[in-house]
Amino acid sequence: MNFWLVLTVNSVTFGGLLFLLSAGFSLIFGLMRIPNLTHGSLFMLGAYIGATFVVGLLGFKLNFWLAAILAALAVAALGALAERLLLRRLPGDQLAQVLVTLGLSFMAADFCLMVWGGDPLSVATPDGLDGFARFGVMVFPFYRLAIIVIAAMVAIALWLLLDRTRLGAMIRAGVDDPDMARVVGIRVSQLFTIVFALGAGLAAFAGIIGGPILSVYPGLDQDMLPLALVVVILGGTGSLLGSFVGSIIVGFIYNFGQALLPELAYFVLFMPMLLVLLLRPQGLFGRHVP
Amino acid sequence: MSARNLALSLAFTALATLPFWMPGIYYINVGSQILFYAIFALGLNVLVGYAGLVSLGHAGLFGIAAYATGYMLQLGYGHSEAILVALVIGVASMALYALLSLRSTGIGFIMITLALGEILWGLAYRWISLTGGDNGINVPTRPEPFGYSLTVPTTFYYVTLIIFVASVFMVAVFVRSPFGAALMGTRDQPRRMNALGYHVWMIRFYACLFSGLLTAVSGILFVYYTQFISPQTLSLTSSAEVLLMVISGGPGTLLGPIVGAALVVVVKTVVSGFVVRWNFLLGAIFVAIVILMPEGLVPGTVRLWRLMWRKRASADGVIPAKTEPTP
Repeated sequence: MNFWLVLTVNSVTFGGLLFLLSAGFSLIFGLMRIPNLTHGSLFMLGAYIGATFVVGLLGFKLNFWLAAILAALAVAALGALAERLLLRRLPGDQLAQVLVTLGLSFMAADFCLMVWGGDPLSVATPDGLDGFARFGVMVFPFYRLAIIVIAAMVAIALWLLLDRTRLGAMIRAGVDDPDMARVVGIRVSQLFTIVFALGAGLAAFAGIIGGPILSVYPGLDQDMLPLALVVVILGGTGSLLGSFVGSIIVGFIYNFGQALLPELAYFVLFMPMLLVLLLRPQGLFGRHVP
Repeated sequence: MSARNLALSLAFTALATLPFWMPGIYYINVGSQILFYAIFALGLNVLVGYAGLVSLGHAGLFGIAAYATGYMLQLGYGHSEAILVALVIGVASMALYALLSLRSTGIGFIMITLALGEILWGLAYRWISLTGGDNGINVPTRPEPFGYSLTVPTTFYYVTLIIFVASVFMVAVFVRSPFGAALMGTRDQPRRMNALGYHVWMIRFYACLFSGLLTAVSGILFVYYTQFISPQTLSLTSSAEVLLMVISGGPGTLLGPIVGAALVVVVKTVVSGFVVRWNFLLGAIFVAIVILMPEGLVPGTVRLWRLMWRKRASADGVIPAKTEPTP
């Protein structure tokens, strides 16, 4: 009984992290039609930069949350730069987009290896959250519960942004029909930069928040990118609800798969995505086929 | 003899005599690697360049052929049986891969193939009883066709060269055939091709099988070259690398994937001996190619070459007969 409950909590926690990672990926994919293969690298960069802030840079030690926000902002700026300087030049050219995003992810991976070396970094759990919550006989780490709360808060904030603000309405219009959005006077190209920066920042934030659980190591990017893809394909591109439901499903499949069928863990992980692609190509909540 | 034919015969002569002028076994081995990766890239190019289908899981198919060879040898079969079974399994897996992925085109196709590649990698990594997991499978011996042992690097190089030339020839014939023209038609105007009475899906499916055959051939050469196969070979990075070979060289051209394969293999093996951050360099090269020569190295060079000739010709007062083809 305890085993199942712990596994469930872990699944929801991991799902929350995946949501932070994939919400941006989904929006970028939905709005710009770009398969952003740097998304795993953004996650890893955020984790490394955040970890450096926490450990201390030039004698300054930052509070964990401040470090997370600063790392997210830094990576968001990088993402905006990449969009402005590179991706902007390649509208509609998928081959070039794949080449450039893969090229950037190679560079980012090697850059991290150069600066932070090959040994994994562990990130200390933030103060005040390193304890355990007790419910009767069951024990849960506070930090995992905190991640669930943070992910839920970000989900609500994103929902408010997309559903209740003018900017959100413009983004939704861009996802549905970019040409029509341009015609009615929305500056879609500016939206591209905003959404790309937002997605990059969220991925980086997920990276540092996930640090105390996953630790930070070379190859983290390659581990996370396929997961983000699975979530987005399951949930449907450009849909916030889709990312949310997809993340939770993948969180469960990933944790239960690892625990119950270790030999077939990856098979179990990618099989539902394949089924969705075959039976409902637009994803569970997607509006159009990618 | 036109400049093009002259360049091609020079290149072929250089390849055929490579073991005589290369300064050592190490470089002959680099040559073999370039050749079998070029076969792999040629196979992927059939899909990416001529069919317009970007597959990001081809390393999985490459790995299946390699694993099949290794597994058959482990079971105690001879080399010819192992190679035959690996070819059959390779093409059969491609058929299944195509059945699933051809449901979609464009970004959808990229996603499905990526997922399929990851499934294959996951199976290789975790299905330990079959694949040995992270320890992989060792292939202790290389075949000895007609008494020539492939353990000699020069012999291995020449056998790879023969298979390489045959593959290039096959792709060249394929592209110039009516079937190749139909395939390019499905890439550019699928709906029109459909209206003209072509079975678009079937044409794509056959193209996949052809691509799968070349991929399996290169996978078998790979496993005999390294004499070892592990899940790393099937990873997303490997799939990305071969895709980058095709895109950087010039998709939809015969020479492009070969040049791309040479570029990637040389940076990975030779340059990495001098430059520690070769991965960064490789990434930077890809980004630079997209900015400077978005159509790929081979078509880009041809374009620059023509531009230069045209300038010289117009300076001489000669109007060039051929106009620049619009991209």
